[in-house]
Amino acid sequence: MDSKPRLLTIIDIVTVVLLLIATYMVFFYAPQEAVMGDVQRVFYFHVAAGWVGMLGFIGAAVAGIIYLIKKDRKWDIVGLAAVEIGIVFIFINIVTGSIWARPIWNTWWTWDPRLTTATVMLLIYFAYLMLRQGIEDPDRRARFAAVYAIVGSLSVPLTYFSARIFRTIHPIVIGSGDPNATGSFDMTPMMLQTFMFGLLTFTFIFIDLFWHRIRLGRKADQIEQLRLKTME
Amino acid sequence: MIKVRKLVKRFGLKTVLRGMDFHADQGEFVALLGPNGAGKTTFLRILASLSRPSMGRVNIAGYRLPDQASAVRRRLGVVSHQPLLYGDLTAEENLRFYGRMYGVRDLQSRVAEVLELVGLTPRRRDLVRTYSRGMQQRLAIGRAVLHDPDVMLFDEPHTGLDQDASAMLDTVLREVAARGRTVVMTSHDLARAADLASRFDVISRGVITASVKRDEIEPNNLLAFYRQALQVA
Amino acid sequence: MTIESESSYLPEEQGTPAASKVAGFLRAMGAVVWKDLSAELRSRELLSAMLIFALLVILIFNFALDLDPATRREPTITAGVLWVIFVFAGTLGLNRSMAIEKDRGCLDGLLLAPVDRSAIYFGKALGNLVFMLMVEFIVLPIYSLLYNVNLFNPGLLLVILLGSIGYVAVGTLLATMAVQARTRDILLPILLFPVVLPVILAAVKASTGFLDGSEMDVIRPWINLLIAYDIIFSAVAFMVFDYVVEE
Repeated sequence: MDSKPRLLTIIDIVTVVLLLIATYMVFFYAPQEAVMGDVQRVFYFHVAAGWVGMLGFIGAAVAGIIYLIKKDRKWDIVGLAAVEIGIVFIFINIVTGSIWARPIWNTWWTWDPRLTTATVMLLIYFAYLMLRQGIEDPDRRARFAAVYAIVGSLSVPLTYFSARIFRTIHPIVIGSGDPNATGSFDMTPMMLQTFMFGLLTFTFIFIDLFWHRIRLGRKADQIEQLRLKTME
Repeated sequence: MIKVRKLVKRFGLKTVLRGMDFHADQGEFVALLGPNGAGKTTFLRILASLSRPSMGRVNIAGYRLPDQASAVRRRLGVVSHQPLLYGDLTAEENLRFYGRMYGVRDLQSRVAEVLELVGLTPRRRDLVRTYSRGMQQRLAIGRAVLHDPDVMLFDEPHTGLDQDASAMLDTVLREVAARGRTVVMTSHDLARAADLASRFDVISRGVITASVKRDEIEPNNLLAFYRQALQVA
Repeated sequence: MTIESESSYLPEEQGTPAASKVAGFLRAMGAVVWKDLSAELRSRELLSAMLIFALLVILIFNFALDLDPATRREPTITAGVLWVIFVFAGTLGLNRSMAIEKDRGCLDGLLLAPVDRSAIYFGKALGNLVFMLMVEFIVLPIYSLLYNVNLFNPGLLLVILLGSIGYVAVGTLLATMAVQARTRDILLPILLFPVVLPVILAAVKASTGFLDGSEMDVIRPWINLLIAYDIIFSAVAFMVFDYVVEE
């Protein structure tokens, strides 16, 4: 069994430190938003979690493509790791969004394109896990999971695009904002710094968890291999 | 006709075939004997181009698997323990369907000929659903020879058949195996295999542990040979 | 027992010119469609199940939404109810059509044939599309009759065709995976619905547009989207189908 790489330990520490700083910045460094008040502070981790959820989704699709080409089990483990992390963060994204939406939009939930897309993403993630659970043969499981991740990753932007043609009330803070969106605001430099730092932190969290999860998958494989060997 | 070198097949982490070597000359009828889980079906599925080898070389009728699968499939007839037939179609329709899939010429007369061969002409207009297991299995052989293959693979063809049906199936199998075709058949029924095959290979834990020609062994000694071959592994 | 004649029945060799390759592709695809249609026209299991199911959904909607005569004819309601019927009945048909291939090992039989895997995919998809359209074109007059709305609008028929193509394109692929799983009875809708959502969304919007007589300018983007989705989903399914059937 290989021991834990030093780089991973470093990333572990860096991630924890970054998260502490980011939390501090969100609550104390970033100024209070004039209209929405403190609830706006949810925004920093909300977007960052969504970003990680999307990274997971893209990661699963890319791992799927590589798996289908190379047929190497390693990429199946990578795909599964990406999906598991993605699920958690999309979930955080949806929950934090709801917390923000309650006072600002006066509702926990609305079928806005972004909310719809996040939900569909979550459902596809769950379907992916159910598909895996239903198949015993590990090679077939890996192939089907890869195919589903690819089809799913194509469908999600199409859903977003379709839903987008309906009018949206979701604020678009990054890029050109729609003035009609409820809860839109302009970021001050300090807000922008906090926001960027949050993104960086969550990217580190993603990399760290991803690496740990892949290592875990490979260890599970090694144990399975030893088990098969002793059975002979 | 069939050449297999150092064939390895893994399912996930489990290795089923471990560097298997195998060959069959034209006209040979090889019975692959072995206990359940030895890798017989896996091996046959690889020969049938339904499963890809993890490692090793497979050559059938001069074509490589898996990259020349289409050329191999043209020369291959497969009878498995499942009939691979559609219950809601008649025998004639089933054969016509598979004939089109293979692009068989003069399909009409060929279908009639094959039905005659497997002794199902009187019932050709009946739905396969209403057939007995033995009749289904004979029709399955008809489906497999429709395109006049050079190599035939039988995967436990006697599964679920009673004595009479098995005997009838054997007649058809013998008929089909003649004419210089190469046949590989898996079986765990020594007696049946002894009747049909011209060579016996024992497969155990994913390799072939022994091989003997029919004229080199007394039929009575076959069981002892089989037991001994299993001990080797 | 007869003796096999001397003439060779071996199909044409590989390396034939492109034209005959295309002919072989179409022949195999046609054979699969023909096989599905003739089996179905004899047993009528799939079509009758889909149709009865569709009628039941209409019935349930009638009471669940407590539709009064005015709202019943609302284009949004009509389009929504219609597509819910099509989607659910379609799942039933897709599952059944692929289960037939899996149960007696017929899928192996198809894969043993020296044809391109995509010919099998397109054959199955085309068969499924025909079944779905048959159900839809029986449901439409029944719905018109029950709710006193005129659904014979060429635009609506076009939308139904385009929506069904997209639905069947992904559905056939995912159903092929679902029937090979242990949990196959429940898996297909879970896999299919989130993925096919954009098609349904566009189809409902376009249907509503045609039913309430909107300007073509409003409807055209949705039609274009449907066409784009049909092409994207068919192309992807075509590219990955091999991996779903080959070990």
